[in-house]
Amino acid sequence: MEEFLKFDGVTKQFGHLKAVDDVTLTINRGEIFSILGPSGCGKTTLLRMLAGFEAPDTGRILLAGEDITDQAPNVRKINTVFQTYALFPHMTVRENIAFGLKLRKLPKATIDQEVDKMLAMIQMEAHADKKPAQLSGGQKQRSAIARALVLKPSVLLLDEPLAALDLKLRQRMSLELSLIHDEVGITFVYVTHDQNEAMSISDHIAVMQNGKIEQVGTPAEIYEAPKSSFVAAFIGDTNFFDGTITCVLDSEYCEVEVPDLSKKLICFNDKKLVQGDSVHLSIRPEKFSISLDRPAENPRQNVLPAKVEDIVYQGDHTRYWVSIAEDWRVAVTRQHNRFLLDQRRITWGDQVFISWQADDSFMLEQYREKDEDLLQMPPQNVGEEVPGAAVTAPEPSDTSVAPADGQATGQEEASQQ
Amino acid sequence: MKPSTPLRQRMLGEFAITLPSMIWLCIYFVLPTLIIFAIAFRSKGAYGGIGDTWTLNTLAELRNPDYPAIIWRTIWMSVICTLATLAISVPVAYHIARVSQWKRDILLLLTIIPFWTNLLIRIFAWRLVLHPQGMLRNLLISLHLIDPSTVFLGNPIAVLVVMIYTELPFAILPIYAAAEKFDFTLFEAAMDLGAGRLYAFFHVFLPGIREGLMSACLMIFIPLIGSYVIPDLVGGKDSQMIGNVIVRLALEQRNLPAAAAMSTVMFLIMSLPLLYYLKYTTAQHAKEVAK
Repeated sequence: MEEFLKFDGVTKQFGHLKAVDDVTLTINRGEIFSILGPSGCGKTTLLRMLAGFEAPDTGRILLAGEDITDQAPNVRKINTVFQTYALFPHMTVRENIAFGLKLRKLPKATIDQEVDKMLAMIQMEAHADKKPAQLSGGQKQRSAIARALVLKPSVLLLDEPLAALDLKLRQRMSLELSLIHDEVGITFVYVTHDQNEAMSISDHIAVMQNGKIEQVGTPAEIYEAPKSSFVAAFIGDTNFFDGTITCVLDSEYCEVEVPDLSKKLICFNDKKLVQGDSVHLSIRPEKFSISLDRPAENPRQNVLPAKVEDIVYQGDHTRYWVSIAEDWRVAVTRQHNRFLLDQRRITWGDQVFISWQADDSFMLEQYREKDEDLLQMPPQNVGEEVPGAAVTAPEPSDTSVAPADGQATGQEEASQQ
Repeated sequence: MKPSTPLRQRMLGEFAITLPSMIWLCIYFVLPTLIIFAIAFRSKGAYGGIGDTWTLNTLAELRNPDYPAIIWRTIWMSVICTLATLAISVPVAYHIARVSQWKRDILLLLTIIPFWTNLLIRIFAWRLVLHPQGMLRNLLISLHLIDPSTVFLGNPIAVLVVMIYTELPFAILPIYAAAEKFDFTLFEAAMDLGAGRLYAFFHVFLPGIREGLMSACLMIFIPLIGSYVIPDLVGGKDSQMIGNVIVRLALEQRNLPAAAAMSTVMFLIMSLPLLYYLKYTTAQHAKEVAK
């Protein structure tokens, strides 16, 4: 992959607020690159600077080696799909798509031909002569994409393109976007607050927080090896454990003492920490196994007794909320890859065991006081409650009732101790 | 089952709400207008009143050789004034819609405040400004910007300037209302697609505030057609408008039927843009219903 688009030490300040704080970022040619973060993290400002609507205070933006920092938006070979689509209401779909081509003073026959091609690609031939007000959300979305793509930009910017659509349409459009990307093969820069969207369509994701890039990586890297507790919490669900290393077992593993837990935990020590260091562990709900019987002893496995507090059945999996200490609940996910009707099922109030491999916990940077805010920060999806113990950026498909709020902050309190 | 009942109820409700203002309009607008129409076809009373026979002679009296020129002047002055007022108001309204909230409040206040002063007083203020011994003329002459023979007062230009000044708020406010609702992302979208600022202004912004422009046009064009105070006070012989003719017919010549006939002519001129507007809005409405 070739370096194509580059932010080089870009900073943008609005009053006292540093919307974008010294961002350096490289985007490859032809990939779908997502900028992911909660609202107000600076991702939209970054995109607007790329489009040319804002000028960075310091730093440069390079496109294929050329410095475009001071180029006006109408000169850049970059086009934008706006969050609200911004289709011209007084023009038909066809006129909207032709808008940019007309400005290039192309012959009418060429324009018609290009517009027809686009209409065919987005399957909107039947609606070509409608005004935007007569279109559905998905049709507006597709028209906006066609209007930008018809100019054959080097980079297509998409600003929360699916945010205004309902769930089913969002899933379909996200698939359609991937197909369109495969067809045109240009670089997409995709801004979103929805981790699922970002995970499902991106080649690379940059997670942003407070104007800074927290981590850049493939979706799998970001999910499996988050660099900070913010990333761990924002991407998917996770449980945090805080403790102190009491013993380094060998080069790879260590024992961690966690206050309130009856047992020391054994963890993979990828940060090569030493005895006495405090650590912040993240364990994803699906890494836990849950069982009624105590699992067989294994030196590389942690087992904790727990009590089932809540069960959320989701068809393909079940989410359990189990307490492992006073006021400390963790989320455990169990896939239903095998379902036996006569098996005694785990139910409310059961005493169970949760177990996980030492390799399944992930060490994060030391837990800091200020993280408390972002751990409690509700993800951006509306209508979703944040289940307590695990910090959850909920899946939009989550239709179940989240556990009661009253118990919500249990784990964070515990992890502070 | 009557599926139409809710709709019928709603229409009845709307009718009930509209009724008082309809009655008001009938008594104080429709009826007087019809009376004026009727007077136009009455004979002239000997001592300035209205006679008691029907006649078509009044129409013949309108065949004054001066009138076509005055009617024509009324139309072109109103059209020019409307266009000039719009040309000033659109950038102003655009600016007001784009600045921060507190600046916006101040600018709107500044637009409205002149309303609080009586129109006549404002016109007299303009007389002072444009007066042959006025500060403006003396200043411009001393700066050698104008020829000492230039007169400001008593010509169509003076009338136009004062008319534009009086009509500005009536244009700025509706255009601002439309500009405020305008989605300025569209501007960015146009730029993003390669448009310059001017192109975006004419091809995206102006069509976007079309409704505001239309109502501003009506709001100023109709009173302009009927204006008589401004031509009377700052205009001269060559800037008389229909309004002045009507005043002269009614008050000086005491010829009420002729004044009524002239008013009817003015009413017909005014109703042309109104009819167009009505046709336009019903077409828009029909389109929306068709969706």
